[in-house]
Amino acid sequence: MTEIEPDNTVDARGAACPGPLMDLIGAIRGAESGDVVRLLSDSEGSLTDVPEWAEEAGNELLAVEELDDHNAFYVEKA
Amino acid sequence: MTERIVIVGGGTGGSVLANDLADRLEPELDAGDVEVTLINDGPDHVYKPVWLYVPFGQREPADGRRALDELVDDAVDLRIDRVSEIDTDSRRLRFDGGGAPMEYDHLVLATGSTLEPEQIPGLVEGGHDYYSESGATALREELLEFTEGEIVLSVIGTPHMCPAAPLEFVFMVDDWFRERGLREDVEVTYTYPIQRVHGNPHIAEWARPIMEERNINVETFFNAESVDPDAETITSMEGTELDYDLLVSIPPHGGVDLIEEAGLGDGGWVDVDKHTLEAEAEAAENVYALGDTADTGVPNAGSVAHYQAGVVGQRLASEIRGRPATATYDGKTLCFIETGMDSASFVEFDYENPPSPAPPSEKLHWSKLAYNESYWLTARGLL
Ligand SMILES: Cc1cc2nc3c(=O)[nH]c(=O)nc-3n(C[C@H](O)[C@H](O)[C@H](O)COP(=O)(O)OP(=O)(O)OC[C@H]3O[C@@H](n4cnc5c(N)ncnc54)[C@H](O)[C@@H]3O)c2cc1C
Repeated sequence: MTEIEPDNTVDARGAACPGPLMDLIGAIRGAESGDVVRLLSDSEGSLTDVPEWAEEAGNELLAVEELDDHNAFYVEKA
Repeated sequence: MTERIVIVGGGTGGSVLANDLADRLEPELDAGDVEVTLINDGPDHVYKPVWLYVPFGQREPADGRRALDELVDDAVDLRIDRVSEIDTDSRRLRFDGGGAPMEYDHLVLATGSTLEPEQIPGLVEGGHDYYSESGATALREELLEFTEGEIVLSVIGTPHMCPAAPLEFVFMVDDWFRERGLREDVEVTYTYPIQRVHGNPHIAEWARPIMEERNINVETFFNAESVDPDAETITSMEGTELDYDLLVSIPPHGGVDLIEEAGLGDGGWVDVDKHTLEAEAEAAENVYALGDTADTGVPNAGSVAHYQAGVVGQRLASEIRGRPATATYDGKTLCFIETGMDSASFVEFDYENPPSPAPPSEKLHWSKLAYNESYWLTARGLL
């Protein structure tokens, strides 16, 4: 388990690609600078497109937690 | 006792369903055992695909409108009013215009999508769209006079109606200016929120080389943050700024507020079982959703609403007759994609099978136009 306390969690489990990334982008859009958004996704694609987008947008991907049937991504808004 | 089926929304999904039920439940309707009511917030049925052609001067907005009372079977009670509240506990609907609440035994939500351009600062003032009747008409004024400069098509909201329509627009713009010998003076840029040009990887892979071939600039990972109407620039969350002379956007979309207020799902989209189309909220019994408002993950398309209406119609008829409802929706989506002013491709897919776009041809373009013409038969439940 990570120690990171998210300000907001987006549960995109069950959504097909690119749903989870779009849900994350939506949450970051509404967040303040410095806020951490946690994205829960069980889509394989998220493992590549979330890091790619975070880098492109200059937001930091603090951690990726691998859980039983999904992953949790912690992204801090720049 | 009479069983009351109430459908909210007289767009593609709601109208097809109302006519489907009128046919399927004819004996019960005749005997007065069942009542079907269709509620829409305006007297007309609006067929949105026509709007793609309006900015090019090829269709009139009126071509996409017909009075609901001409389209919907007489056995259906039509009520023109706006539903303002859904109470799934007492199975009641309330109306904007006041009056007595309406009770239902079976409820179907088909309230579609709404546009929310105000989410992006400057977009209302600086942007155009063809996703509304007024937007398409205003864009026509601009596009018909446009002879040189930069056109930016920015996909801002996803999910949005008809995922193919942004690609269609840039393909048509490219061809339209080419045919008129003006293409060299017009830059066309397409922006998309994720790393490819379309949400579906198969369609993205097909479209990207065509865009390159046709000199359509592409900006991926572009999530519009704001528009500056004076400077004529649009800036993304990723820090990219684009100049435009004409900005055409696919604005952020949302469902209708009353759905969230009723606890049926976030953002106005109803959480449904993607096969049975039943609302998932525990408190909500006997509630279905279909079309754009049903959050199934498939595209927000008229074809989807049409197929889903058939499924919900069968399920409701089974329930009314006290039989197990077995019909399910398999994710079937069908879509023509214009690739120019006189060529189109076609895709068909479902939950299991990915799309594989057909080679563009003139024949497919005419098929799309023919489909649009025969749509009024679809809405009547005849096709
Ligand atoms: C430019 C454009 C091009 C498109 N092209 C295609 C295409 O080529 N192929 C395709 O398959 N799809 C296409 N679509 C998508 C298609 O139009 C929609 O997906 C389809 O209309 C969805 O049907 P619906 O029944 O869910 O909603 P709608 O048809 O939008 O109907 C919803 C209805 O509910 C009413 N309503 C909403 N709230 C209330 C309320 N509270 N009370 C009462 N009434 C209410 C609305 O007024 C509306 O009449 C296109 C869309 C656009 C914008």
